Amino acid sequence: MSAKIRTQEEIAARVKALESMLIEQGVMTTQAIDRMVEIYENEVGPQLGAKVVAKAWSDPEFKTRLVEDASEACKELGISGLQGEDMVAVENTDSVHNIIVCTLCSCYPWPVLGLPPNWYKDPQYRAAITREPRKVLSEAFGLAIPEDIEVRVWDSSSEMRYWVLPQRPAGTEGWSEEELAELVTRDSMIGVGTTAEVPA
Amino acid sequence: MNGVFDLAGTDGVGPVVVPEEEPVFRAEWEKVVFPMFAMCFRAGFLGVDQFRHGIEKIDPAVYLKSPYYEHWLHSFEYHGERVGKVDMDELDRRTEYYLANPDAPLPDHEDDPELLAFIEAVVPAGAPAKRESDKAARFKVGDVVRVGREAPKGHTRRARYIRGAVGEVVLHHGPMIYPDTAGNGLGECPEHVYTLRFTNEELWGAEHAEPNGAVYFDVWDPYIELATHAATPEGVLA
Repeated sequence: MSAKIRTQEEIAARVKALESMLIEQGVMTTQAIDRMVEIYENEVGPQLGAKVVAKAWSDPEFKTRLVEDASEACKELGISGLQGEDMVAVENTDSVHNIIVCTLCSCYPWPVLGLPPNWYKDPQYRAAITREPRKVLSEAFGLAIPEDIEVRVWDSSSEMRYWVLPQRPAGTEGWSEEELAELVTRDSMIGVGTTAEVPA
Repeated sequence: MNGVFDLAGTDGVGPVVVPEEEPVFRAEWEKVVFPMFAMCFRAGFLGVDQFRHGIEKIDPAVYLKSPYYEHWLHSFEYHGERVGKVDMDELDRRTEYYLANPDAPLPDHEDDPELLAFIEAVVPAGAPAKRESDKAARFKVGDVVRVGREAPKGHTRRARYIRGAVGEVVLHHGPMIYPDTAGNGLGECPEHVYTLRFTNEELWGAEHAEPNGAVYFDVWDPYIELATHAATPEGVLA
């Protein structure tokens, strides 16, 4: 195996070469490629997780079901699928802050968060987040976790897919689920960010 | 296998860099490689554990320096050749051709309604890894266990940083496909999966551990044994 690092042009040519062979074999079609890209660019993304979180904040019984079995609860909202067949929602509390990672590859709960951002898949995050989570959150994400709050890092080594149920922000009493969903950021469900600021 | 992909606890790889915004796919070629997994899976080239093992076999220097979706490309090449569907000389020839003629068209082809229907169906349905099994679970929530030191050369999810470490079983998920067989082409052989909780002190030593924290890591039944040393759970886990 060569240790040569390919340029973008070389990678693009290699991909097109393999694509051409797989098209001739009937393994791929450009129509199916375009459809799958469209799904993950426009349809499956963190707006779905935000919907689930907002419902959990609004409906205590749903939240109980979500924490009990996240995949089953998400199906109630029509949310399910690849890389989230068996999900666990881990709940942030006044005493616990959760973070997700996949140190061995790039496992991530696609049905609720879409495809992972590049930093999540890069060596730097995977190397540091289990060893120095407080330092990574503080230095890379500007998020300081007080020392009396326990930090739990969920390393997704099996096909179980973890994601974070953030705390409902103060000052949102009486908000609708749609309004609450606007506050739920992708990073708050990874555990590296907060929910959005509540307007004063 | 022991390799650079097993990154947890690796020091000196630099800071986490988080761009303000980025698209789902950063280049047109990424939009082709991403759907290749589902379609090569359907065509019988590979399962998800074999796919990961194909990525683990990348030259370590390339692994650390190449864009993420190029890792996927390596795995499709590796498994395409393994199952006799991708001739590497032909792939090299075509690569040279498209490098010299980047705008040259792809082969003419018809739409395939069945392939499209597969994509529409598999995205929401997924491909679950849970399996029925007669095997009894050897452990239960609350057990204190130690991860074995085994360092197999093939595919495994026994990350180095948890080998030999003592943790507590906090969740039991039931039997799932066993990557140590499935990833090496040896069948699904389902085993019970558990989530273990390791304190930071257990993983990194008291002097180097961040305070008040723990790592949760999923293991398969054969990875662990009851911890038999004399330390109390409080002493090990507190």
